[in-house]
Amino acid sequence: MSHYVELSNLTKIYPTPKGPAVIVKDFDLRIAKGEFVALIGHSGCGKSTVLSMLAGLNDISGGGIILAGKELTGPGPDRGIVFQSPCLLPWMTALENVMLGVDQVFYSGSKAERREIAEYYLTVVGLGDALHKRSRELSQGMRQRVGIARAFALKPKMLLLDEPFGMLDALTRIELQQVLLEVWGRTQLTALMVTHDVDEAIFLADRVVMMTNGPAAEVGDILEIKFPRPRNRAALLEDSEYYRYREYLMTFLEERAQHKQSVATAA
Amino acid sequence: MAFLELNNVSKGYGIGAKRAEVLRDINLSISEGEFVAIVGYSGSGKTTLMSLIAGLQRPDDGEVKLRGEMVTEPSPDRAIVFQNYSLLPWLTVFENIALAVDEVFPKWSTDQRCKHIEKYIAMVNLTPARDKKPRELSGGMRQRVSVARALAMDPKILLMDEPLSALDALTRATLQDEIERIWEADRKTVVLITNDVDEGILLADRIIPLSAGPGATLGPSVKVDIERPRDRKALNHDSRFKEIRKEVIGYLLGTGSRSKTSVTRKLVLPDIEPEDLTHMRPLFGGGRARRKREEKSETVEVS
Repeated sequence: MSHYVELSNLTKIYPTPKGPAVIVKDFDLRIAKGEFVALIGHSGCGKSTVLSMLAGLNDISGGGIILAGKELTGPGPDRGIVFQSPCLLPWMTALENVMLGVDQVFYSGSKAERREIAEYYLTVVGLGDALHKRSRELSQGMRQRVGIARAFALKPKMLLLDEPFGMLDALTRIELQQVLLEVWGRTQLTALMVTHDVDEAIFLADRVVMMTNGPAAEVGDILEIKFPRPRNRAALLEDSEYYRYREYLMTFLEERAQHKQSVATAA
Repeated sequence: MAFLELNNVSKGYGIGAKRAEVLRDINLSISEGEFVAIVGYSGSGKTTLMSLIAGLQRPDDGEVKLRGEMVTEPSPDRAIVFQNYSLLPWLTVFENIALAVDEVFPKWSTDQRCKHIEKYIAMVNLTPARDKKPRELSGGMRQRVSVARALAMDPKILLMDEPLSALDALTRATLQDEIERIWEADRKTVVLITNDVDEGILLADRIIPLSAGPGATLGPSVKVDIERPRDRKALNHDSRFKEIRKEVIGYLLGTGSRSKTSVTRKLVLPDIEPEDLTHMRPLFGGGRARRKREEKSETVEVS
């Protein structure tokens, strides 16, 4: 198995008046091509910091990241990002929002082709009838669908998802996980998703990476999710293996939480 | 006789062509001391249902009865915990709760009221924060104030409208445990509205799905016959937990889900490769796109 993405000794340190604050320390992770990895941990543990360094939106203090054989030095369209809030331009339609990136990345293609790409992904995420709606006319869940389509449409080398469904209610979240899995199944993009939803991680990922609580967060444990794809939620909910995975992850999170509290009282 | 009863309740907004049905044919009967969770999508009308029970709104059709009496206006009989806490920012924790207690128990002595308020502050573990203003509190602490305020009114029924939705997962779990503990001690009749099926199963005696709107209605009610106190981790191995979870989620994603119009459409995905934007973009034309010229076309079901 070749390593498509390599995060080696990745470290993030912020200078503060009280001295340097080490947020992430020696974070090591290898991801194979086409693999879907979920990164879970408590709020504030530094999972989003790892993701933003991978996205090139945050400077790396130590260590490095290699994507498809090249060291990353900054942001680029070779990594499609789905943010927690979809960050659409409110005066543009769903189609225009997706076209914005597509026009840049596929400038050598014809206008018709670029439009076909945008329409294709918007339709696949279930917005075939809402191409010309402005973002304010869309519900929160529909906006996030646009966000997903926009990331996939760039045909990136890698997909980065930063708690993509964190702002949605539990049921809309289930719907969108299904949508994401469907689009992902078509492209098999290498993906890294940050989440704190245990069910979401099990349902979507091939591997779940558990992060320890900060400061100086690192990889605490890794769990392989061996369910075959395509996955069916109803079938998974009946599988006893599912509940074993679930308990394993919850135990990790709860133990680390206690660790965090004891640190807080000691301080 | 049922403690709280809703008979054929319907509610909509607007008139004529612009009318939007929100709830239809809601029938619900809750007995005294029961903890009922109603689970549904956002926008399906959960808050409207809560307002009807609280008496903040009147149904267009049907009736809402508490202990056999028609509900026509809000009353301290029915205390509400809102998702956004609804605390007065210029009052301390104590004063926020006092506002409700003074209103409900005007005949009590100051000392009696003070003791009463402090009892409830202690119940939600906020004694050290007694004199703090809401802005000095975290989201979880604010919601505890809101719970204490509701309970201090000694209502006949406690209505909770997504009380924990605005909190992060860990704080939510802590407060769920606290709600369960308080309910065990107090045994009030509770209606909890939530979008989290697991939360409903963890806390309630009965869980009822609300279908997606417009014209939302209640699905089949499922009894949560799992012994208390319930442990979040142990539930994972409880076969009854799995069954209930499957049943409720199954209804919400199946019969009770948003209506789907299935349209099949032919789509074309041009097989061209993205350009490397770190290189200078050619000034003219940009050459031809790299492509394999094998267009993918497929039909897609649009939902």
